[in-house]
Amino acid sequence: MKLEDLKQRPAGEPMVWLTAMGLALGTVMVVCLLWVIFVNGITVFWPKPVYQLELDANSTHRVSAETNVFAGAISMDREITGADDGTREYQFFVGNKDIYGFMYKFVPQADLVESDRTKLTQPKDIMVAERLEYGNAIFYPVSMQLGTNEVLRAETPDFTTKLYALVEECNERRAKYTALEKKDIGRINHAIRKIDIQIKALTADKTTKEVQADAALTAQIDAKEKEKEKWNAEYEILAKQAEEMREAQEKDSLTYRLVTGEEKTLPLGDFVHIYQPNQFGIGDKVGFFVSQFWGFLSENPREANMEGGIFPAIFGTFVMTVLMSIAVMPFGVLAAIYLREYAKDGLFVRGVRIAVNNLAGVPSIVFGAFGVGFFIYMAGGTIDRLFFPDYVASKVPYFGTGGILWASLTLALMTVPVVVVSTEEALAAVPRAVREGALACGASKWQTIQRVVLPASAPGLLTGLILAMARGAGEVAPLMLVGVVKLAPELPIDSVAPFIHLDYKFMHLGFHIYDVGFQSPDSEAAKPMVFATTFLLILLVVVMNLAAILIRNHLKKKYSTSAF
Amino acid sequence: MTTLMSEPETQETSKPQPADQTAAESTEDKAVNDSETLIEVKDNFGFNYGSTQVLFDLNLRIPNRKVTALIGPSGCGKSTLLRCFNRMNDLIDGISHTGDITIGGQSIFDPALEIISLRKKVGMVFQKYNPFPKTIYENVVFSLRVSGRNNKALLDETVERSLRRSALWDEVKDRLHESALGLSGGQMQRLCIARAIANEPEVILMDEPCSALDPIATGKIEELIDELKTDYTIVIVTHNMQQATRVSDRTAFFYLGKLIEYGETTKLFTNPQEKRTEDYVSGRFG
Repeated sequence: MKLEDLKQRPAGEPMVWLTAMGLALGTVMVVCLLWVIFVNGITVFWPKPVYQLELDANSTHRVSAETNVFAGAISMDREITGADDGTREYQFFVGNKDIYGFMYKFVPQADLVESDRTKLTQPKDIMVAERLEYGNAIFYPVSMQLGTNEVLRAETPDFTTKLYALVEECNERRAKYTALEKKDIGRINHAIRKIDIQIKALTADKTTKEVQADAALTAQIDAKEKEKEKWNAEYEILAKQAEEMREAQEKDSLTYRLVTGEEKTLPLGDFVHIYQPNQFGIGDKVGFFVSQFWGFLSENPREANMEGGIFPAIFGTFVMTVLMSIAVMPFGVLAAIYLREYAKDGLFVRGVRIAVNNLAGVPSIVFGAFGVGFFIYMAGGTIDRLFFPDYVASKVPYFGTGGILWASLTLALMTVPVVVVSTEEALAAVPRAVREGALACGASKWQTIQRVVLPASAPGLLTGLILAMARGAGEVAPLMLVGVVKLAPELPIDSVAPFIHLDYKFMHLGFHIYDVGFQSPDSEAAKPMVFATTFLLILLVVVMNLAAILIRNHLKKKYSTSAF
Repeated sequence: MTTLMSEPETQETSKPQPADQTAAESTEDKAVNDSETLIEVKDNFGFNYGSTQVLFDLNLRIPNRKVTALIGPSGCGKSTLLRCFNRMNDLIDGISHTGDITIGGQSIFDPALEIISLRKKVGMVFQKYNPFPKTIYENVVFSLRVSGRNNKALLDETVERSLRRSALWDEVKDRLHESALGLSGGQMQRLCIARAIANEPEVILMDEPCSALDPIATGKIEELIDELKTDYTIVIVTHNMQQATRVSDRTAFFYLGKLIEYGETTKLFTNPQEKRTEDYVSGRFG
């Protein structure tokens, strides 16, 4: 044998390379997608320096008509489209939407004055303020009005410390009255709403009943009215407390001057957070990042979802996914057990299996439409008619409208094929020897399934759950029809009895992305929010899947069938 | 078990000779009388998988509290016969039989007989050890639990008795509540025997119980079989002829679905009446 023969490559080596390339391509694409979302989503919270710059006298990119000077943070730095000489343009976040009418401004590098093109100046004292309305403001402080007559000039040494302390005080007060309005006043409103519906129902009753019943009905209505008044009185007290606190927010005010010269005075209660980014050290930056990120996670949205946090959306997505899992698992697993273990293989079973697999290919919006027709109108309407006649009489649907229950059930229906298919596979993978062992011990078929087969296939069942959760949590289209809203005033789980409100409408991260990214008036301002929300949606799915994977690994260890 | 379905080998002639039949019957009748008999295969028992017949015209009596070995080359139907005794073949679609099998005088094909109560009377140990993915304790008491006996004292007592009986107690008594899948192969097979005797069956069927074990573990199982026969009737299928001579009192030799010879083990191995038996036990084919 010659040596060349030995050197010959084994047949099929190019195919190995091809498969490796396929995997590499897929991996690269996934990694790139995640990286883009991660970087764009996470850098939103990192503080950026604010520059004060001057434009050339004949620039057409002025921020203010009066002056060439402006201030802003760079949010994008790119080559001008179509320019061959590599000239660049910056997108500045200039804020102050209440005065300029916009928040972002593109400025070509060539339009800046000579000295600013190479070195951008960062004034130390410039302040950035997060406000309740109109987004951020960038300014120099002028003075602070304390109460009615005391005025503190910005030149005073402890001006900033005092300002920060007062803003903090306002924040605490705001948290207090928000809690009051949400919890206590919310409870009262809840009760009043209920009584209103009862009164409406009784009034509707009255018009249909005979005259002699009138007196009794009127008495009933009066009693209800009295009850309502009692609640109203309680409401007045609390509302007054809240009102007082709201007024206190207006007590002190800050006057500031923009770089472009305009002055404005705002009560301190309108500020959420004031800071001087150009004075931040690395520790401050990390602290700022953490607090911004935490705020994004834990706060309610403001200003048509463009500012503030997304807590209700995270919570809504989580609750909906959990409810969906609770609904889909028993349903899918039982169906798969019958299909795999009991049904005699034949035309019918094969037909059912094909139908189940095809369900996975039905567009999700069709499930949404089905959810509206079947769950909301039929099931919900029937429940209302049978159990909540008061609501029907007053023409207010209770379950007969979109809500988190119907949304979860719609998604459960949508993910049933995933669970059925993976459960069937898991059941089929349980070795025949184990089943025979159980049967030989005198177990019936159901006992064999329940005590031996199901535990052994539990890891496979969880795989199905993981796939179903990943699909369900990321779905948006059907939810738009069955209960997701842009802004939900209340969470589906709260401290008001009965604590879990299956009829409530809810917010969802996927819909939030659609709403903020594509339905908001200012798409530039929305972009960071969209990335951050996408990042969180992926994070939420990953966390929930990780939990399921951990349980699965635990079960795998416990019920390992490697002995066979 | 996979060999069950295979077609009978065709290299040799397979026409049953009437003389064989009568010879086998007559020796057997002499050896096992009515009072000793526990399992009786009678009325020319035959068995089919769909249209393929795998057992032909079987008549034999298996004595009480003895070890009976079923031997023969692959595909001869010995495992199929064994699995008829606890009707494990019922799991397969399209089976049918002719003739009858009785255990303790009662037909196992009687429609009034609960298959579950039959399996409680006839325990089984499989070729490949198959403990459940549960703790050692739960494996042993499985048959009690499925029949609804959950009394803690009874379960504890059963676990100790069964594990002692299967010579496993000393090795596992400190880890009864750990997974059974952590045991060695030989231990797992003894656990399966403990599981089979927990229910106090009359018969224990063993389908090549040592084929997946090393010689030392095999030795332990064989010792165990020897001890168990004082209380149980054991029917063992084996490919290993030395094992058959070591553990069994009586041996039946099957070939192509027919019973060729059946008798005292020592007699069958030292002085076989049939040419094919002699060829097989002396290793000339198989």
